[in-house]
Amino acid sequence: MAEPRADHLYRAEGLTRRYRNGGRDVLALDAVDLSLDRGHRLGIVGESGSGKSTLVRLLAGLDHPSAGRVWFEGTEITDLPEKRLGFLRASVQMVFQDPRSSLNPRMRVSDIITEPLRSRLVRRQLTDRVDQQRRLAEVLAAVDLPPDAGGRYPHEFSGGQRQRIAIARALAPDPEVLIADEPVSALDVSVRAQVLNLLTDLVAARGLTLIVVSHDLMVVRHLCDQLAVMRQGRIIERGATSSVYADPQTGYTRALLEAVPRIRAEGR
Amino acid sequence: MSLLDVRDLQVSFGRSRTEAVRGVSFSLAAGQRLGVIGESGSGKTVTALAVMGLLPEYAHVAGSVRLGGSEIVGLDESGLARLRGNTVSMVFQEPMTALDPTMRVGRQVAEVLRLHQGAESGPARQRVIAMLDEVGLDDPERVADAFPHQLSGGQRQRAILAMALINSPDLVICDEPTTALDVTVQALVLAKLDEVLDASGAACLFISHDLAVVSQVCDQVLVMLDGRIVESGTVDRLFTAPEHPYTRGLVATAQLDRAEPGQRLPTVDDFYTGAPHG
Repeated sequence: MAEPRADHLYRAEGLTRRYRNGGRDVLALDAVDLSLDRGHRLGIVGESGSGKSTLVRLLAGLDHPSAGRVWFEGTEITDLPEKRLGFLRASVQMVFQDPRSSLNPRMRVSDIITEPLRSRLVRRQLTDRVDQQRRLAEVLAAVDLPPDAGGRYPHEFSGGQRQRIAIARALAPDPEVLIADEPVSALDVSVRAQVLNLLTDLVAARGLTLIVVSHDLMVVRHLCDQLAVMRQGRIIERGATSSVYADPQTGYTRALLEAVPRIRAEGR
Repeated sequence: MSLLDVRDLQVSFGRSRTEAVRGVSFSLAAGQRLGVIGESGSGKTVTALAVMGLLPEYAHVAGSVRLGGSEIVGLDESGLARLRGNTVSMVFQEPMTALDPTMRVGRQVAEVLRLHQGAESGPARQRVIAMLDEVGLDDPERVADAFPHQLSGGQRQRAILAMALINSPDLVICDEPTTALDVTVQALVLAKLDEVLDASGAACLFISHDLAVVSQVCDQVLVMLDGRIVESGTVDRLFTAPEHPYTRGLVATAQLDRAEPGQRLPTVDDFYTGAPHG
């Protein structure tokens, strides 16, 4: 097998993940090939159980594939032990769906945000000694939280603010890649726009590569220039977001598009 | 006479008397569907719980909630229990927590029948299966014999819908019934809800933060903010000519498909600051 060209930021071949569930084999991810170049924004859409979260967990090195290989910046990460994944941990950060469960309720916001900087694995990757207080102030400002937010606890913030805290934490090690798994689906519609605006601004200002997982095609359409549609562990459609959106090639993608609720004022 | 008549409802919690609902009045006729939209903390769920008589003991409730002619505020638990299920039922957001994980789904639906109508378990099963079929579950026999964890989120939420409808209540309260579901499943459940409400003629109070979702089921909408109703009207009117700045913001943020990808989205704050509106 030819080694991948180093200029792909991510590359995956035949990525497969099986789980044992009650004596039954569940094929969560079925031989997925994927490449992603630096600076792009990839949206992965599909229903629950389509394998989209499994795929990004493998890309983030949070899980190991049953078969297949993954390269990040030309280095194969497929079976690297945790102690050699420091470069990945410093470069790739994740934001999860529900900031209520992804933030430790007993830690102050300042400790939550700077925790990645204290990790021995990540620290070794950072070129200079990072002034944690300075980085904290910087990322709090980047996500539009007040400077004194660091002294408080997660429960003192609203859902939208908690998601900003999660984003600030992800930004702390100054990553190249941000992976967001359903970043706005636990938020009110009125707060959703603010968080989407924030993500758009941050990605542009920092030149981040973005991977967004969502069941909502509208969220992905807004954030991403590339789209992968997943179903039953496979990527069934892939292309520029604008063209998939304008001219979906599979009935499944069309069904996903039609399911997005729109304000229905007439015809009742 | 209205089916539901809420007058100057006020709810506050605890010793500090934090006000969750500050003087809310509205009424609902038999068979009518009313959407309540607002963000977390706007008081929409507390209003629904007050109508169900489900507020905790430390809630201070003032004002009046009349349901089918009986006053709910101050009613004792046995009086409330009679109303719930017979006159009013509720569909909650998270189907996994609303179902008992250790009991087969069919038995849970039958329990509602038994409690309110004293039905025998044999004939009850036929009605349960008919109801599961009516809410659009394929293979209702299998669903009835399944435990909640063996069903998908959409199947669970439809089983809850069957539970809420089996006693033919006059009013069904839905609190964010599809928020935990995928968009495709959400579309399915909303279409089914619309259909079964039509068939049964029940009134519906539908609570959501999403105007687009509410508009799939309701044509009348109340907008709540900080425990008060700030605007009400038809979906059509709110959509084309929203008056309150908060409603303008909600309408703008609900239309993600109208925004140019990557461009800044309008937020609710935009409608409060800036130039005065005409």
